[in-house]
Amino acid sequence: MTANGALLALRDVVKRFGPVQALGGVDFEVRAGEVVGLVGDNGAGKSTLVKTISGIYEPDEGEFFFDGEPVTIRGPNDASALGIATVYQDLALCDNLDVVANLFLGTELVAAGPPGLARQLNETAMEHRSHELLEQLAVSIPSVRAEVGTMSGGQRQQVAVARSLLGEPKVVLLDEPTAALGVAQTAQVLDLIKRLRERGLGIVVISHNLADVFEVTDRIFVLRLGRAAGDFDVRGTTQEEVVAAITGAEFGGREDDGAAAGDPRERAPQGPR
Amino acid sequence: MTAHPPAAAPAPDALALERSPPGLVRRFTQGDLASLRVVVGLAVIWIIFEIQNDRFLSAVNLTNLMLQITATGLISVGVVYVLLLGEIDLSVGAVSGLAAAVMAVLNVKHGWNPYLAIVAGVLTGTAIGLAQGALFTRFGIPSFVVTLAGLLAWQGALLYVLGETGTINLTDPKITGLANTFYPPAVGWVFALVVIGAYAAGTLGGWRRRRAAGLADQQVGGLVVRLAVVAAAVLAVVAILNSDRGVPLAVLILIAFVAGMQYVAGRTRFGRHVFAVGGNAEAARRAAIRINRVRVAGFAIAGSMAAIGGILAASRLLAVNQSSGGSDLLLLAIAGPVIAGTSLFGGRGSVWSALLGALVIGSISNGMDLLALESSVKFMVTGAVLLAAVIIDAIARQQRQAAGRV
Repeated sequence: MTANGALLALRDVVKRFGPVQALGGVDFEVRAGEVVGLVGDNGAGKSTLVKTISGIYEPDEGEFFFDGEPVTIRGPNDASALGIATVYQDLALCDNLDVVANLFLGTELVAAGPPGLARQLNETAMEHRSHELLEQLAVSIPSVRAEVGTMSGGQRQQVAVARSLLGEPKVVLLDEPTAALGVAQTAQVLDLIKRLRERGLGIVVISHNLADVFEVTDRIFVLRLGRAAGDFDVRGTTQEEVVAAITGAEFGGREDDGAAAGDPRERAPQGPR
Repeated sequence: MTAHPPAAAPAPDALALERSPPGLVRRFTQGDLASLRVVVGLAVIWIIFEIQNDRFLSAVNLTNLMLQITATGLISVGVVYVLLLGEIDLSVGAVSGLAAAVMAVLNVKHGWNPYLAIVAGVLTGTAIGLAQGALFTRFGIPSFVVTLAGLLAWQGALLYVLGETGTINLTDPKITGLANTFYPPAVGWVFALVVIGAYAAGTLGGWRRRRAAGLADQQVGGLVVRLAVVAAAVLAVVAILNSDRGVPLAVLILIAFVAGMQYVAGRTRFGRHVFAVGGNAEAARRAAIRINRVRVAGFAIAGSMAAIGGILAASRLLAVNQSSGGSDLLLLAIAGPVIAGTSLFGGRGSVWSALLGALVIGSISNGMDLLALESSVKFMVTGAVLLAAVIIDAIARQQRQAAGRV
């Protein structure tokens, strides 16, 4: 049992790609009902860390604890079996399928009957469950039978998040959930993240957008060159401090420098709300 | 279980909009109602040919038309699966010829039981499809190239299997009967009632299950109209066929495969995965769908259906020769579903399009034969229709994108 009752805890995780050390001994944890923002410059190791947690990469060193128990994650299936779900940046949805089909993609419900190819999809049960899920999450879409390709980016991102919740996960990893979204759509997705927190999930949000991170997270974990460069409680932290940790500048460095060094997609940092 | 409040339930306004005249026009032009578009096009073609030659819509000619399209239609059923995957199979014509040759050689030269010979022919197609699918997925070679190589290789195999004579005449009544059996009228009517009954049971059963689950957003009126249209169409087809030689076995085979493979595509987990892989292979992979298995299965279906189509064609011709499965068969088998709304870009379409497309192409060919036009004109007109259909598909796609609907 880890001392503080973390849902998911990583200890001293190292990941190398040949001579490149992408993660150089990182400790990271998420508690239930907590939203952790994972920030850092390009190449800081954010994606590597998330992919290590979701089982896509196997760490070279380090320990994993889930619910206090030591575990090993050797593939995406191990991660999802533990209850770790990942929502990828580029919206892993099929535009040509409707919402129900996307929500249940790969985990379709089938009617009782002869096994094998002939078994009929249980569309009624899937649609019913989709209504329930989207209603619980207060996700607003025109129809669960509408093609996902017909929807706005915000609606699609909400469907992608809802999809990750079908397996009843305990930890949800969100990779740049608001990267491609407009203001109103970003607000929808951030609201959804807050509702997930209320459900007691542990949530990790990767984002380049500090305004979003400050709005939705409880804690901000900064990676820099594959190492932890800061772990801030959102209350009582300014964006300047976080930017300084991201860029490695001395505290008090001008925030414009931080923004310029960041990803081109990054929006200009705003003051804390 | 309760009905769901508007939060997640389909908004009635949106549905009403979809059903309003402008909504219907939009769905018609943007491809949601692609099959209706094709039916209208087919009606126009029929009217034009009927005006030119009043034998076109006679029972004899319509029966001939149905017999002419069975082989192409069966091959197209498999092609639809490959197109849904976003791939192409250029070998289906050659495979159909080779499979028929394998059947013919085993039956005629080696005296195999006709049913065993047919099964061996079909399995030849399945094996070829599996092999091509495996090459495509294992080495990541574009399916276009793998199946183009197949096209050449299987044409060569056809010549090799046929041997020096180059032609094998089919005499076994079990095999020739496939395309030359006609059922008496009573059997036709029973068949019609069974089809209508099964369709009604399926539709109403689905509607009742949805209503029991509190999902009754389908209008009963719409269901009844659809049921009536289907019943009228089935009865009309059987009436026409009965007034000539009767319902042909070949047509039953075609319709059974179209309906069965439509069920697989639309109602089963495998079919859903085919659409998913064709729509967004990466999303399907992340959803733990074994996309390469789905792809190989799709090519196996294409090979199998090509073989079945080839066997029907041989049965109709009463022979297998060196040009079996050659000529324009391949291109027509691919053009048919595309004309009838199955996208070349993957993820959109239906198995019905195999039947509809074969009907369109078959009608054009049949009608121009009646008008005694030269084959030069036939090819050019068919090409123009294919081009028009693909342009309509591309425009529908552009409009969807313009409307933010990828």
